[in-house]
Amino acid sequence: MIECKIKIELNDFTLDAKFTIPDKGISVVFGPSGSGKTTLLRAIAGLEKSDSGYLKIGDSVWQEGNNFVPTHKRQIGYVFQDAALFSHLDVKGNLTYVTKRTEGLSGDFIDSIYNLLDIKPLLNRSTVQLSGGEKQRVAIARALLTNPKILLLDEPMSALDLKRKNEILPYLDSLHNQLDIPILYVTHSQDETSRLADHLMLIEGGKIIGNGPVNEMLTRLDMPMSHSADAISIIDAKVISRESDFDLMHLQFSGGQFIVPDNGLPINSNVRIRVAARDVSLTKNKQTDTSILNIFPALVEQVVPEGKAQVIVRLKINEFILLACLTKKSAAMLQLESGLSVYVQVKSVAILS
Amino acid sequence: MLSELDISAIIITIKLALISTSILIVIGTPLAWWLSQTRVKFKVVFEAIIALPLILPPTVLGFYLLMTLGKNGPIGRLLESFGGSSIAFTFSGLVVGSVIYSLPFVVQPLQNSFASIGKQPMEVAATLGASKLDRFFTVAIPLARSGFITAAVLGFAHTVGEFGVVLMIGGNIPGETGVLSIAIYDHVEAMEYGQAHLLAGGLLITSFLMLIFVYLFNRHFSIMRGSEK
Repeated sequence: MIECKIKIELNDFTLDAKFTIPDKGISVVFGPSGSGKTTLLRAIAGLEKSDSGYLKIGDSVWQEGNNFVPTHKRQIGYVFQDAALFSHLDVKGNLTYVTKRTEGLSGDFIDSIYNLLDIKPLLNRSTVQLSGGEKQRVAIARALLTNPKILLLDEPMSALDLKRKNEILPYLDSLHNQLDIPILYVTHSQDETSRLADHLMLIEGGKIIGNGPVNEMLTRLDMPMSHSADAISIIDAKVISRESDFDLMHLQFSGGQFIVPDNGLPINSNVRIRVAARDVSLTKNKQTDTSILNIFPALVEQVVPEGKAQVIVRLKINEFILLACLTKKSAAMLQLESGLSVYVQVKSVAILS
Repeated sequence: MLSELDISAIIITIKLALISTSILIVIGTPLAWWLSQTRVKFKVVFEAIIALPLILPPTVLGFYLLMTLGKNGPIGRLLESFGGSSIAFTFSGLVVGSVIYSLPFVVQPLQNSFASIGKQPMEVAATLGASKLDRFFTVAIPLARSGFITAAVLGFAHTVGEFGVVLMIGGNIPGETGVLSIAIYDHVEAMEYGQAHLLAGGLLITSFLMLIFVYLFNRHFSIMRGSEK
C-alpha cells in the first residue's frame, strides 16, 4: 500500500492530499492544469517539503511528522515532463550517472532495463541527437536504474507530438506489464488515462476528490468524469476466439462477450477496450433485425440529467458498469428508471491495447 | 630589446595573475553559488560589496588596503603580533590586493552561469541519488563550464592590467612588486617609447587573443547546448 498524508502551502496554492492507493500497477493522477498534480508528485519525491505529514511506500516510510527523508535517499524514479537529461553528458553518461550511485545493481538488471526500453541503439549518442520520444525512453531507463520503490511520471508525453506519443506508448505498456513496482502517472489527458490506468485518482484545487479502480471512477455519477461530453467506460477483457470469415475476434469480459474487429492479438491475451457513452443506445426489447453486434441485457441503475437535453444512464451488465448518454426525450419514451431491465446496444468500440 | 627588469616585470605579472586567478576561483565559486541560490533579503548588500571594485578608483581601494595591511593597520599589527611582518610592499600584498580588486570579474560570470542552470538539473541529480555536494561537483560545475572559462580569463586579464592598486600596495619594488603595467608607465616617463611600445603592444595582443578565446569557446558551448532545445 501507498499511504500519503501531505499538506504543502505554497505562495498562492495549498496541496492537501490524503490518500491510500495500491502499491502495484499504474495509478493515474488526473486533473486540470494548476490542480496540484505536479506538486503532489514533487512532494512524494521530497522535492517539495511539507513540515509535517506521513508518507509510506510499501515498507519504507519517507516522512513521519517532521522526520523527512531527503530526495537523494528516497529510492525513487522520477521522470520529468521534458526528460531533463543532463546536457553535459551523453546518453551513456546519463545512465552511468545512476549506476555509479546505486548499490547492488546486477548486470542482468541493467540489461533488462536497457532491453525494456530498447536503449542499446541509443547508448553512444549525444543527448542532442535524440528525438523527443527517444529522450523520454532514456529518461525512463535512467529513472528505473535507481532500482526505485516507485516510479513517478510527470506528464511524460505532454511535450510530444502524436507520432512520438504513439512511439512511446508501447514502451509504457511494457512497463505496465513487466514491472513489479507501483507507477504514479500524472496527466490531464483522457486518452492516456483510459489506456494506462489501473487505478485513478482525481485531483482538483489541491485536493484529492476521488480515488479508486479506473472504471469505477469513470462511471461513478458523483465523479466529474462521468459528466463530461466524452464520458467513457473502460472494459478489461480477454481474447477468446476469432471469426476469420469476417475478420472479427470475440472478447470475454465480466458482462459477456464483445465482438470487435480482429487486430491480430493472440488468443488469451488481455485487451482493454473503451466504449464512449454516446455510442451506447438502449432498447426495451431485444432487437433482432439490427446491424449492431454487441447487445447485452442490463439493469438501469441510475438516470441523471446532463445539461439541458440529455441524461446519463448508469447500467449494470452482470457486475459490470457501463454508461450511456441519451437524449431526455428517449429516456422519457422508454420510461427509464432505476431497476428497469433493458438491452444495451454498443455501436462502436475502441481497442486500446 | 627587453631589459632584465622588463623580463622580471613580465614574470612577476604572470605569476601574480596565475596565483590571484586560482585563489579567485577557489573563493569565488562557493560565493557565486551562494549568491545564485540564496533568497536572503540582504543579498544585494553582498552583491554591492563585491561589485565595489568595478566603480571605485583603484587608488582609493589601494589606499584603504595600504591602511589595513600596513605596519600600523589592524591586519598589519595582527600579523606582527604573531611574529610575522606586514605584507604591504610585498608580493603577498599584491596578491591580496589583486584578489579583492578582481573579485567581481570572477564572481559575476560564475553567479550568472550558476543562475542560468536553473533548479531542474540539481533536482534531477537528487532523484538519481546524488547528495548535495555530489551534485554540486557533478552537475552544477560542469554545466557552468562557460562561466568558469569567462571568469578565469577575465580575472587573469584584469589582474595583468591593474595599475593603481598595485602601485599603492606594492610600491613598484623592482624584482619584487614591479609589474608590467607600472613598467610601461616608467618607460614612458623616461621617454623610452620603443620599450613602452613593445610591452604595451604585447599586452594588447595577449588580451585580444584571450577575449577571442572566451567568445569562441562560449559560442561553441552555446551552440552545443542551444541546439538541444
